[in-house]
Amino acid sequence: MPGKIDDAQVRHIAMLSRLKPTEEEVRLFSEQLSTILAYFDQLSEVDTTQVPPTAHALPVSNVFRPDEPHVPFGPDQALANAPRRDGDFFAVPKVLDQESA
Amino acid sequence: MDRSKLKIRPIIGMEIHVQLATKTKLFCACPIEFGAPPNSRVCPVCLGMPGVLPVLNRTAYEHAVRTAIALKCEIARFTKWDRKSYYYPDLPKNYQISQYDLPLGFDGAFDVPVDDAAVSNAPADGAPADGEPEGGRPTDGGSASGRPESGVAAGLRTGRSPRKTSGTESTGYRRVGIIRAHLEEDAGKNLHEKPGITQVDLNRTGTPLLEIVTEPDLASADEAYNFCVELQRLVTYLGASEASMQKGQMRFEPNVNVAIEYDGREYRTPIAEVKNLNSFKAVRDAIRYEIERQVSEWMADPDYVINKRPKENRGWDDVRGVTEFQRGKEEAHDYRYFPDPDLVPVEVDDAWIESMKDSVGELPLERQARMSSEYGLSSADAATILADRATADLFEEAAEAGHPPTLGKQFISFWSAHANARNTTIAGLGIDAARLGELSKITADGLVNATAAAIIAEKMLSSSDTPTAIAQREGLIQTRDEGQVQAWVEEAFTKNEKAVQDALANPKKQQQARGFLTGQVMKISGGKADPKVVGKLIEEKLAKLSQDL
Ligand SMILES: [Zn+2]
Repeated sequence: MPGKIDDAQVRHIAMLSRLKPTEEEVRLFSEQLSTILAYFDQLSEVDTTQVPPTAHALPVSNVFRPDEPHVPFGPDQALANAPRRDGDFFAVPKVLDQESA
Repeated sequence: MDRSKLKIRPIIGMEIHVQLATKTKLFCACPIEFGAPPNSRVCPVCLGMPGVLPVLNRTAYEHAVRTAIALKCEIARFTKWDRKSYYYPDLPKNYQISQYDLPLGFDGAFDVPVDDAAVSNAPADGAPADGEPEGGRPTDGGSASGRPESGVAAGLRTGRSPRKTSGTESTGYRRVGIIRAHLEEDAGKNLHEKPGITQVDLNRTGTPLLEIVTEPDLASADEAYNFCVELQRLVTYLGASEASMQKGQMRFEPNVNVAIEYDGREYRTPIAEVKNLNSFKAVRDAIRYEIERQVSEWMADPDYVINKRPKENRGWDDVRGVTEFQRGKEEAHDYRYFPDPDLVPVEVDDAWIESMKDSVGELPLERQARMSSEYGLSSADAATILADRATADLFEEAAEAGHPPTLGKQFISFWSAHANARNTTIAGLGIDAARLGELSKITADGLVNATAAAIIAEKMLSSSDTPTAIAQREGLIQTRDEGQVQAWVEEAFTKNEKAVQDALANPKKQQQARGFLTGQVMKISGGKADPKVVGKLIEEKLAKLSQDL
């Protein structure tokens, strides 16, 4: 079921994710994503007119934690799986645009 | 086009992030510590590892709700958590947990003192408009300059009274609508100092922030400045935030545009949002710059109007004093919000909201008005005492047993000086209310004079004796026995013939000589003479001598 997600949408999402797919990948992903969405569309066959809208699947609210500190990771543990580190910092490719909000 | 023919009306709204005063992060128990070594206050939750479970910090929620109540917001009975997706190295999950369509607070208002008689002249809801002029609030550039950036919060600590500055009497309050207040987590820090790489420190990731968004109700850079100052004062008073500028605990993003009236028509410039300002001064300077820039751009280009140009983000360059266009933000505004499945909603009932309202109590502006009328304090002095809630509480307790106006003078003079010297607040000095009250009372009753009171205060810091006991021990009880004071006056006159001659016969030195003689009598008395009695007896003595000449 092609057409749910077009190539332009794939390119937009790729840009937001800082990915650079080839034209071939763009076509492939738009087909695959369309199929996935169509599969989820089966859910709309369920009659939900009697079901109140919800923001959460669990019938639970108000789960809190007291404001008490735990022992955090040290830098070595935190950086153990980092692809690249610089001293006690994570090192990432140079960020060129402005600081995030 | 003649600039002087334009009628310019700035339209300013604010977005503020306030770091809440919690020991731990919003959704994990990592301690929050400014200046800690990089990546030493992190755990799988705030590192964005897969499969972790965030759990909400109760204290953060309470601080946020209390602040929202103080901003007269409606408090949501039901709130949820949403993921705001964006891709940036300081946000390792690739989304920020925030509140999108159901913020915990909404539809509020905050009254800000402004220097404009045209706006409403009473603070809303409660504060009695007793007609007392606000003694020189920082309402204009001149009055506010020279203050430390964290001036209001640090008022008592620095010993400077931020409100006693100029003779400007502000007469009104600007009601600033609060659109919403919601909780969200902070991002980490990217450092760009090294060539070729960006260094990432995730200690700050997950720190609780309260985001407050106002209606565009502010009409000048100075009003925006006042708004920020008052907001800082409010959150520190509530104990909801330390609100330190140096630590970046308050960040401001003004939205600015200008309505220009020209030739019977009104034109509006496109809105500019100035990102991430971290001082009051930067807020004021950036807004002033924006107003001028937008008017100039419109004068040069008639298409520079709101419906022909997009909203733009701009960055403030503190060194050059200019704002600069920030490219590439428009397209990135595709946050794809959706409810966070890892976090359950928060539902509160009226009883809980009432208990939060009780814990908020009287707000600073209301309390300031009440305290100045109840205790005979100037508004400025009441504001200074109120900069710290525990100190204000201590004052009110001490005032019960003491002499309130004298107590007020002693609070803003030597008590705040002692607090300042010890880098604490007056409450932090640890002197109990009964002794504070007693010192003000024996001063007001004339048992000791003002100089002696300051000496007694110093002794009180290292002794738990009552002020009266200290005064007796140190021989500081004021003597009103005129016979005794007369003897001291005679002694001073005998020892200082030259000064007596000047006081009698040298018109140029008369005043100075009298002051000198008074000082000598006080010295001979060891500080015990009542200066009023001394002055009277010296006058009498000089009158008698001049008759005898
Ligand atoms: Zn953590």
